[in-house]
Amino acid sequence: MFNWVSQIFALVQFNLRTIWQRKGSSAAALFGIAGVVAVLVGVLSIAQGFSAVMNASGKPDTALILRSGADTEMMSGLSRETTRIIADTEGIARSTEGALASAELFVIIDLPKRSTGTDANVPLRGVEPMAFSVRSDVNIIQGRPFEWGRNEVIVGSGAVREFEGLELGRRIPVGKEEWTVVGIFEANGGISESEIWTDASVLQPAFRRGNSFQAVYVKIETPESFQDFKDRLTTDPRLNVKVIRQDDYYADQSTAITGLITGLGTLIAGLMGIGAVFGALNTMYSAVSSRTREIATLHALGFGNGPIVISVMVEALVLALIGGAIGAGLAYVAFDGFRAATMNWQSFSQVAFAFDVTPGLLGRGIFYAAMIGLLGGLFPAIRAARMPVAAALREG
Amino acid sequence: MSVNDNGTLVKVDAATKYFKRGSEEIHVLEQLDMQVPEGEFLALMGPSGSGKSTLLNLIGGLDRPTTGSVTVAGERIDRLSRKKLAAWRARHVGLVFQFYNLLPVLTAERNVELPLLLTHLSRAERKTHVDAALDAVGLSHRKTHYPKTLSGGEQQRVGIARGIVSDPTLLLADEPTGDLDRKSGDEVLDLLKALNKDHNKTIIMVTHDPHAALRSTRTLYLNEGKLSTEPTE
Amino acid sequence: MKFLKLVISNFRRKIIRTVLTILSILVAFILFAYLAAIRQSLSQGIDVAGADRLVVRHKVSIIQMLPGSYEADIEQIPGVADATFSNWFGGIYQEPKNFFPQFAVNPEEYLAMYPEFLLSDEEKEAWFSTRTGAVIGRNTAERFGWEVGDKVPIQGTAWTRKGGQRTWDFDIVGIYDGAEQGTDTTQFLFQYAYFDEARSFGRGLVGWYIVRVDDPDDAVRIATAIDDTFANSPAETKAETEGAFVQGFADQIGNIGAIIQAILVMVFFTILLVAGNTMAQSVRERTGELAVLKAVGFTGSHVLVMVLLEAMAIAGVGGFLGLGVGWLMISRGDPTGGLLPIFFLPTKDIIMGVICVIALGLVTGFLPALQAGRLRIADALREL
Repeated sequence: MFNWVSQIFALVQFNLRTIWQRKGSSAAALFGIAGVVAVLVGVLSIAQGFSAVMNASGKPDTALILRSGADTEMMSGLSRETTRIIADTEGIARSTEGALASAELFVIIDLPKRSTGTDANVPLRGVEPMAFSVRSDVNIIQGRPFEWGRNEVIVGSGAVREFEGLELGRRIPVGKEEWTVVGIFEANGGISESEIWTDASVLQPAFRRGNSFQAVYVKIETPESFQDFKDRLTTDPRLNVKVIRQDDYYADQSTAITGLITGLGTLIAGLMGIGAVFGALNTMYSAVSSRTREIATLHALGFGNGPIVISVMVEALVLALIGGAIGAGLAYVAFDGFRAATMNWQSFSQVAFAFDVTPGLLGRGIFYAAMIGLLGGLFPAIRAARMPVAAALREG
Repeated sequence: MSVNDNGTLVKVDAATKYFKRGSEEIHVLEQLDMQVPEGEFLALMGPSGSGKSTLLNLIGGLDRPTTGSVTVAGERIDRLSRKKLAAWRARHVGLVFQFYNLLPVLTAERNVELPLLLTHLSRAERKTHVDAALDAVGLSHRKTHYPKTLSGGEQQRVGIARGIVSDPTLLLADEPTGDLDRKSGDEVLDLLKALNKDHNKTIIMVTHDPHAALRSTRTLYLNEGKLSTEPTE
Repeated sequence: MKFLKLVISNFRRKIIRTVLTILSILVAFILFAYLAAIRQSLSQGIDVAGADRLVVRHKVSIIQMLPGSYEADIEQIPGVADATFSNWFGGIYQEPKNFFPQFAVNPEEYLAMYPEFLLSDEEKEAWFSTRTGAVIGRNTAERFGWEVGDKVPIQGTAWTRKGGQRTWDFDIVGIYDGAEQGTDTTQFLFQYAYFDEARSFGRGLVGWYIVRVDDPDDAVRIATAIDDTFANSPAETKAETEGAFVQGFADQIGNIGAIIQAILVMVFFTILLVAGNTMAQSVRERTGELAVLKAVGFTGSHVLVMVLLEAMAIAGVGGFLGLGVGWLMISRGDPTGGLLPIFFLPTKDIIMGVICVIALGLVTGFLPALQAGRLRIADALREL
């Protein structure tokens, strides 16, 4: 008679047409799946966005030196003497101005966060002139750089967005002094955009730091020479430091938060997915049972078991894919680019980021939907195939 | 239950029934008069669409006439509120349908018990009535069976048992043999006849089968909303 | 009650469908339970914050230290019952991921300030008299299997000892429990005296102060008074209620509460759709039967109540089982392996869950029930 493929083709056409007849039940399964996909993609886009910022922040040719034992800049402390020794070490790339080594100070101040109205920790970084050569991503997009020796700051574009009172010309109260915002900068989407920068020599007295710093950022000659450079520093008896690649440093920082979000997101979407499978099963069982007579007739006419099973599963799959596409679309429209900021517990300060709905996430969402559809169609499909013909022809 | 002096149980006066289908108005019954004395086994015949079932519904309180009145045992049932009608039906009318209309999720005896749930009878009392009803239709041995394991004829007999379990004075049957083969149909009709003769139950039966009508004590013909004693055509 | 049998018998119809609907509802309520626990965990501390306690920190930033002399000044302010201090230690035990909060405090004062930390009298005495003694919360103790008598070395990160050594040794002399379900039992507390004397810098400085006030309603006034006292000094303060302080950290995480609410609402809307549709479908299929019931004499109200009861039964079985299973799963603890140490299902959310189950039953049953009650018998019978 027919071969498999044309049988399936014929059946599927018939089945798909009946989806419209059972709008209510189809819609229920469809929206259930859409909901699951939207939640999954939405929550995972938070982790995606956060780690995107972290990844944009690290460069393979930049190394970060902290005091030995410190995991973050906050915990670290390096004397002026130490930073000079580090800057003199072989292996650092040089420019006409000298070794590309930037000694930096990292503190946090409180500013009101726009979204909640309550105070949050904002990173305030004190730098030296070399910083702008070492941290080459940083470039001013509005206003001008701060003048050395003055109570002036430049603010990252992310920080301006998330916190109140950081626009050009505004003054930030720090202790008893006021610092003027003279410029706004971008840093290629990296974490520096959540920070405020100023002259380290003005920041030190304001926070009673004497002549100490916390970190030194250096550009090493080539990414491969990192290990040699590191060994040189760690074997120097005058120093007690820890040397890490900048991208490793940020990758570590993001694992805690992204791990938490991904873990929770997967748990939630997993439970919702199970619920959606039950919903899909319900829809497909009712689809099959309302068509017992037709299916029995098909059997009687000679359509094989296999094509009947497959046609039911295709129907379930189509429903699920439509639902998945709707959910993915919804997630994209609602979440992509949504700006937020959260606490990075390693640096104890805010990191601004944007929800990032990547094509990869969308693909995952739709794949998930397809799995739900296939599971939801499987058992009803088997039941359809096993129906005893004679009884079914009499029934319904 | 009281009857009129001349023993009339059911009196239909100038009953009219219109249905609205979209913007059309369909006249099913037009100024219809009818009287049914107590103890009669009446057969209502007529072509399909003539309004037989509609008339039966009016008599059974399942529907209201557009104009006119319906009196059963001296009570104007067209005047009763929906709630009172429900209670009235439970007590005074037994219904037998063409497609039996048993609840598939209940056993035969539970199906028969249904009308009694609306009374104040105790569990034991209900059981007595149910057993009696099933006995009268000859299905005591099948009382714990579900409808899908009963044949068409047996299902209809359960339907009849349900119709008589509350001992109503009026039994309305709408095409009771319509879905049965000749043999089962005859069994059902004999049962109805026996109920009428031996227990003095008034029965109004709608049917389009002249063979079934032979069992009745009187036959009326309904055509285009009008009653007559002669068949048309 | 006799009608109940009729209602229950309806479940036998299309039993697979009933079971699947119940299972969907069950899963949804497990989710509800988890989301409530997660939300509680992320906003930890706010509920149990002392209504009569204030936190006083350096105005510029919490990482700045305050002079130890402020304690006496604060206690002079009218309305202040008592004041003590705390210092964030921030050390590492073996590796950074074994994080737990460590504080250097004045033992007697601290325990008096936090009566919800329950410690036996002998353990208290042991702590007061052991310089290197540390008292830890039950949660952290169980996490690392520590018991009274154990020696724990912690690596200082910001805080090194005089002479450059980084390892600080502690003796566990007590394990405290929390008075309430939400009380923080992750803290590692040790003697400020040991800390201040051995640390290589910052002598005489403290991290922040905790102040108890006589009258909680007076809290805002006293907070302002404290800040006024130290205005224009080299170390200005910011005083706020403990609740506001904790809320500040929760707010820094972001509007997680709102996101979770949004997910909950979406999930519920979806289940409503599925369950409601199933109910409606099941009632539609039964129009004939319901008409028969009405023909036999059941009133519209009878039929309405029956359908409603059916919906409530389905919602009830699925919902209460779901809440129960969710509660059981949650009591096995933190699903993230360390990031959410305090993880439980608050009673108020259990109550909320029960209300939602009932609401679900009512809402999904309402329209179909109404429809069933209003059935016109003759029409319905005719459609057969």
